[in-house]
Amino acid sequence: MNKIVKFSIDGVECLATRGQFVVDAAKENGIYIPTLCNYPGVKPKGGCRICTVKINGKLMTACTSPVSEGMQIENNANEINEIRKAIVELLFVEGNHFCPACEKSGNCELQALAYRFHVMAPRFPFSFPIRKVDASHPKIIKEQNRCVLCKRCIRAIKDYKGRSIFAYSKRGNRVEVGVDSKLGKELTDELAQKAMDICPVGSILVKEKGFYQPIGTRKYDKNPIGSDIENLVVSKP
Amino acid sequence: MSKPVIATTSLAGCFGCHMSILDIDDRILELIELVEFNKSPIDDIKKFTKKCDIGLIEGGCCNSENVHVLKDFREHCKILVSVGECAIMGGLPAMRNGIPIKECLDEAYLNGPTVVGNTEKIVPNDPELPILLNKVYPCHEVVKIDYYLPGCPPRADLIWDALTALITGNEMKLPYEVVKFD
Ligand code: SF4
Ligand code: FES
Repeated sequence: MNKIVKFSIDGVECLATRGQFVVDAAKENGIYIPTLCNYPGVKPKGGCRICTVKINGKLMTACTSPVSEGMQIENNANEINEIRKAIVELLFVEGNHFCPACEKSGNCELQALAYRFHVMAPRFPFSFPIRKVDASHPKIIKEQNRCVLCKRCIRAIKDYKGRSIFAYSKRGNRVEVGVDSKLGKELTDELAQKAMDICPVGSILVKEKGFYQPIGTRKYDKNPIGSDIENLVVSKP
Repeated sequence: MSKPVIATTSLAGCFGCHMSILDIDDRILELIELVEFNKSPIDDIKKFTKKCDIGLIEGGCCNSENVHVLKDFREHCKILVSVGECAIMGGLPAMRNGIPIKECLDEAYLNGPTVVGNTEKIVPNDPELPILLNKVYPCHEVVKIDYYLPGCPPRADLIWDALTALITGNEMKLPYEVVKFD
């Protein structure tokens, strides 16, 4: 049974279907809540905490919290954006993100979030971890230096039998997302491309596909991440 | 009032950021009206001759000389600006950070495909040469940095925007299209 609920984001009255996740409900009302590990149509994980908002005064992840009647949500507040900015900076120093040498630069969601939050230099020291590039699979390269462990690929990329191509391996701060070597061999061109597109950063690359889009024409060269949602014309009932 | 004084240097960089400074095109004529240059490869002044207002640093620190020059800049400049990805996060030189120094040197001087004629297998180690650091460091992990201009290189328009703001005491505009990491 569908039920429309009323709630507010930063004081703006919004309408949504009860039970919708806050990010999606916000989007329908033309309000962008930044996300990274979340992907439309994929079960939310609540891993990266970029979508942190204040719901009735409590910090919560908007991608996993269902909306309900009368909720008061704070989204675009300095305090919250500062938390999000710090998370983006942490992700930058945690891996090896050499933007000038990255195939995904300009189309990368992590980079785009850094632009949106005006990250000029991370406040944390760089860790320069030692990570491998796995180019052993016929169609794709798994660049571990750039993986932010968002698990989008694990959750969304399945073969025709529903088996995951990507999986976690190792533990603790050495955890990484690897490619199943057998299923990796059977990967279709289509699925390889889908994996590259679903990865928010440049950690999954289709071989021989890098740097095909000229600078100036890439997704976030001119338009900040989220501006498509903010520019949506919302028709309110 | 005397003109503000600018100094610039390239540490572990490729001079691309300096090229981007020149890329402000004819505004360079305006710039020399506005400021005076001190130690910089642009005018080839090798040593500081006075206290400077703004120091622009290209490149991170990969060896002892870079650290020495950077500290000298900190001492002589009121405002230090990290210009470009190498100054801010080590950049491409920092891609060696996961590789032991010995392996890097062996590849460069002994085993690399472009090595010719090093029959005595010498890895340069003259005491006159600066010593390589264990890894490449961003400038702000060595001295205090006041401003950052990202980009590889930073767009000329960003450099112009920042410089004129610093010189005139106005706020930097930092338009979205010019603040980029690549
Ligand atoms: S490879 Fe990409 S999609 Fe998969 S976990 Fe890493 S960052 Fe996320
Ligand atoms: S987008 Fe909600 S936690 Fe990552």
